[in-house]
Amino acid sequence: MIDFFRDMSSNPFLLTGLLAGLLASVACGIVGPYVVTRRIVFLAAAIAHMAVGGVGAAIFAATMFPGTFGWLAPIHGAAISSVAGAVLLSIVHHRVREQLDTLIGALWAIGMAIGIVLIKFTPGYHTELMSYLFGNIVFVSPGDVWLMAGIDLVIVVVALLYHKRFLALCLDAEQAQLQGIGLLSTNMVLLVLVALTVICLTQVVGLILVIALLSLPAATASRFVPRLAGIIWVSIALNAFLTVIPRAAVYGLPVSPEPAIVIAAAAVYVLATVARFLRPRGR
Amino acid sequence: MAPPPTPLAKLENITFWYEDASSAPPVLENVDLTIEAGEFLGIIGPNGGGKTTLLRILLGQCTPQRGTVQVMGARPEKARARIGYVPQVGAVDPSVPATAFDVVLMGRLSRTPWGFRYGSEHKDAAHEALRLTGTESYTHRPISSLSGGQRQRVLIARALAADARLLLLDEPTTGVDLSRKRDLLDLLHRLNERMTIVMVSHDVHVVCHHLRRIALVNRTLSLYSPGAITPEDFVKTFLGVCNFHADTAGPAGLGVREAGVAAE
Repeated sequence: MIDFFRDMSSNPFLLTGLLAGLLASVACGIVGPYVVTRRIVFLAAAIAHMAVGGVGAAIFAATMFPGTFGWLAPIHGAAISSVAGAVLLSIVHHRVREQLDTLIGALWAIGMAIGIVLIKFTPGYHTELMSYLFGNIVFVSPGDVWLMAGIDLVIVVVALLYHKRFLALCLDAEQAQLQGIGLLSTNMVLLVLVALTVICLTQVVGLILVIALLSLPAATASRFVPRLAGIIWVSIALNAFLTVIPRAAVYGLPVSPEPAIVIAAAAVYVLATVARFLRPRGR
Repeated sequence: MAPPPTPLAKLENITFWYEDASSAPPVLENVDLTIEAGEFLGIIGPNGGGKTTLLRILLGQCTPQRGTVQVMGARPEKARARIGYVPQVGAVDPSVPATAFDVVLMGRLSRTPWGFRYGSEHKDAAHEALRLTGTESYTHRPISSLSGGQRQRVLIARALAADARLLLLDEPTTGVDLSRKRDLLDLLHRLNERMTIVMVSHDVHVVCHHLRRIALVNRTLSLYSPGAITPEDFVKTFLGVCNFHADTAGPAGLGVREAGVAAE
C-alpha cells in the first residue's frame, strides 16, 4: 500500500485515479443516501444499465460516421442515455404504479442488449465497452477528472437546493404534494442526479458495479446515523475511504482494483450490519 | 380566534365518482355539508362509504364531478396551505432516517421549499407544535423508535406547525389503546380551541361520546347531534344498511366499546 502513495509522484495515472475516486465519492456519497432511503436502488441500477446502450451507440456512431460523430466519446453516449433513461423512468414511476418492477427489468435488459448489439455491428475490436462495464480506475484521463468535478458541482448545488424536498418525498409523498411539492419534477431531479452519479462511478467501478457504491456505503452509514443529512456526510467519508484504500492495497498485486473496491464496500456493510445486530437494543 | 362570518368550508350538492370505475355508483351523491369555524365534526360510516373521499375533496385531491366546494372562501387547492392533514399512522415511512423534529418541520415545507435546512422561525414553529402536542421529549428521537400512538401525535404536531386553521384527521384512533385514545381526544379538544377539526373515524363510541356534531357518510351524508342519538342507535341504524356489527361484550356506559365495521 505504501508503494502506491510513493509511486504517485512518478506515475500521473495514480494521481488521476485517486482524484477520480475522491470525486466519485462526493457524488455517490450525496446521491446514495437518497437512493437507499427512497428505496429506488433498482431504478438506479436500471439507469446504470441503460447507460450501456448509450456507450454502444456512441462507439457505433463514432466508428461508422467519423465525419459527423467522430467527436463522440463513449462517456457522452453514457451520459445522454442515462439522463434520458432517468427522465423516462421518473415518468413511468409516476404514472404506472403496478408492475413497475417488470418495467424496470425490461428497460435494464433493453439498454444492455442495445449496447451489445451495436458493439457487434461496429467494425474492429472494441475494448472500450469492457472498461465501461468493469471500470478503469487505472487509466482515468485528466479530461474525465474535469468532467467528474463538473458533475460533482451540479450534484452539490442541486442537493443543497432540493434536500428538504427529497427528505419530504421519502417520508410522506402525499404530504409533500399537499405542501405544494411537485412529485414528478422532484422525482425526475433525483433520478437525473442518479444518472450523473452513474457517469462518475463508471470511471471508478464500471456500470455493472455502480450499484454497489451507490447503495452499500449509504446503507452502512444508515446503520449508525439517525438523520439523513448525517448519513450523507458519513457516506461521503466512507466512499472516499473505499475508493482509495482498497485501490492502494491491491497495488502491485494481480488483482483488479475495481472489484476490490466493491468487495471492500460489501465487507464494511456486512461488518456494520453484524455490529448493529450485536449492539444491545435501546438507545 | 374570532370566527369569520362565512363558514369555514361549504360543500354544495357534491357528487363524486372515481373515473376508472365510471360504471359503479358514485362514491358520494348529492352531499351538502357546512363546516363552521371552530367546530369539531366527526365523520363516521362503513368502509367504502366515502369518508376518506370526503376528506380528499376538502383537500382538493379529488374534484367532484358535480357541485361546488369552498374552503376558507376559496377553491380547496388554494386553501391547502392552511389545512393540516393528519393521515393514518402508516402514511409516514418509519424506516426513513429522520427524527420527530424532521417530520414536524415538513409542515413548514410549503413556506420554504428550497434549501438544505429550515430557518430559525420554522424551527421555532416546529418546537412550539411539539410542545402543544406534548411531544417535546420525542424531538430528537428517530421516528423508527416511536410507537404508533406517539407517531400519531407527531403527525398532529406537523399539521400544527403548518399553522392550520382546519385540521383533518383520518382514523386517528385506529390501533391506539384506550388510555392513549382518551389522551388523544383530550389533545384534540384542546386544539379545537384554536382550530376547526374534522375527524374521520370507525369508532362509533369515540365519535358519539366526544364530539359535538356527527356526519354519517354512506354515499349520502346525514348529520346528527350526539344528544339525539346514542352509539347503540347508530349501530342499529347501520345494521340494516351496511353490516355494522357491534361488540357488546364490554360493560355498558363506559363509552369505550368498539364498533367493528365489516367491509361491504
